[in-house]
Amino acid sequence: MMTGFWTSMRRDLVLATRHKSEWLTALFFFVMVTNLLPLGVGPEVSLLRKIAPGVLWIGALLSTLLGLQRLFSSDHADGTLEQMALSPVPLAWLVAGKMVTHWLVCGLPVVLMAPLLGLQFDLPSRSLGILVLSLLLGTPILSAVGALGAALTLGLRGGGALLSLLILPLYIPALIFGAGAVEADMAGISPQGHLSLLGALLVLSVFFSPWVTSLALRIALE
Amino acid sequence: MSNSVINWFKYASPATFYPLAGRLIPWFSGLAVLLIAWGLWIGLFVAPTDAQQSEGYRIIFVHVPASWLSMFIYCVMAFWSALGLAFNTRLSGMLTAALAPTGALFAFLSLWTGALWGKPMWGAWWVWDARLTSQLILFFLYLGFIALQSAIDDPRRADRAGALLALVGVVNVPIIYFSVQWWNTLHQGASVSLTKAPSMAHVMLEGMLIMALGFWSYAIAVVLTRVRCIILERELTSEWVKRNAVD
Repeated sequence: MMTGFWTSMRRDLVLATRHKSEWLTALFFFVMVTNLLPLGVGPEVSLLRKIAPGVLWIGALLSTLLGLQRLFSSDHADGTLEQMALSPVPLAWLVAGKMVTHWLVCGLPVVLMAPLLGLQFDLPSRSLGILVLSLLLGTPILSAVGALGAALTLGLRGGGALLSLLILPLYIPALIFGAGAVEADMAGISPQGHLSLLGALLVLSVFFSPWVTSLALRIALE
Repeated sequence: MSNSVINWFKYASPATFYPLAGRLIPWFSGLAVLLIAWGLWIGLFVAPTDAQQSEGYRIIFVHVPASWLSMFIYCVMAFWSALGLAFNTRLSGMLTAALAPTGALFAFLSLWTGALWGKPMWGAWWVWDARLTSQLILFFLYLGFIALQSAIDDPRRADRAGALLALVGVVNVPIIYFSVQWWNTLHQGASVSLTKAPSMAHVMLEGMLIMALGFWSYAIAVVLTRVRCIILERELTSEWVKRNAVD
């Protein structure tokens, strides 16, 4: 089982390193969206500092959506996915491997880039730490829940737009607690409550999502 | 199967359910018209003017039943989805698909009447309050479900994928509700609660409950009509449709 997980993860990582443009696009999208916002609302520092947690979190949310569509589609197109579904290794483990890779490729760069962007919004350095921590806990949730959406919309017309319609409402709790943690810290309140709830969401989604996603994949493959 | 045992699955077949639904529709339609007319009469003429909110409060006779029903229908959808996935019954998926537009309609109605009420009471069409926001998200969940179902051509896959989405949604609704609640709350507390005595006049409560029952009957009648159309669409090639339904 674990070897299946590692194999699936390693394979996707190799694929990702060979198609660098795919995940770099998501990262640049994140940078671009967050940088457009000050142009839209004006350069006033106090306002920017106030909206920074929300902007950075929404940027992270949208940029993970970009990579999600490709999570299963190329494997579906060339029949690999069917072989995976037929293999003796539980599909959920293979799916988990793909999810972890998606996070490493689409989530982790966002987490690492976020403090830099936070500086542009003049976030205090302690809040930058909380921002990284909240994204570190939160982005795996986005990958896990998003994988379910990717599986449900696999091979459908207008899959990308549909995916965001299905998944964005389910991202709301992560957004609220993630951005809330940073806001609480900036307001001088302990962000621990928000972070704990984010951790709880993380455990729940990472535990259940591979299983539900593999069910959705089997429905799509029928 | 012997006669003493109830055959629970008798009406799980579209062929037997179709005529049953046809017989039930007139009853529920009639009931809906009567109850809604009665409820509106109580709401608009009998119920006294509210001390704080004057006449504006009367919109709750539409608002509260619509909100109840929008939430309830999502639970019913999840119930049929679970049943459909567990027993692989075709009718469950059809019912779920038939319920979704009605649920979305009530969610929209609840938001709209809420906005109409909010303008004179709070001075704003929309506020970022927990209950409003979670109702909006429920509306999005309905739209997502409908969009997913209409994007899939194969009805079996549409049913099963939709069922999975509805179940995931119903697990998420409380999480979303509480997260939004902690985020911000301004809405007045629930109008009716089971644990404490109602804080409103009896006649208002009565009107609201009658309206709720009327909306229920309306929803049942509409959903049954819609499910009959879906059955016909999907079973068009089967023998019983050719024999009976197409007259």
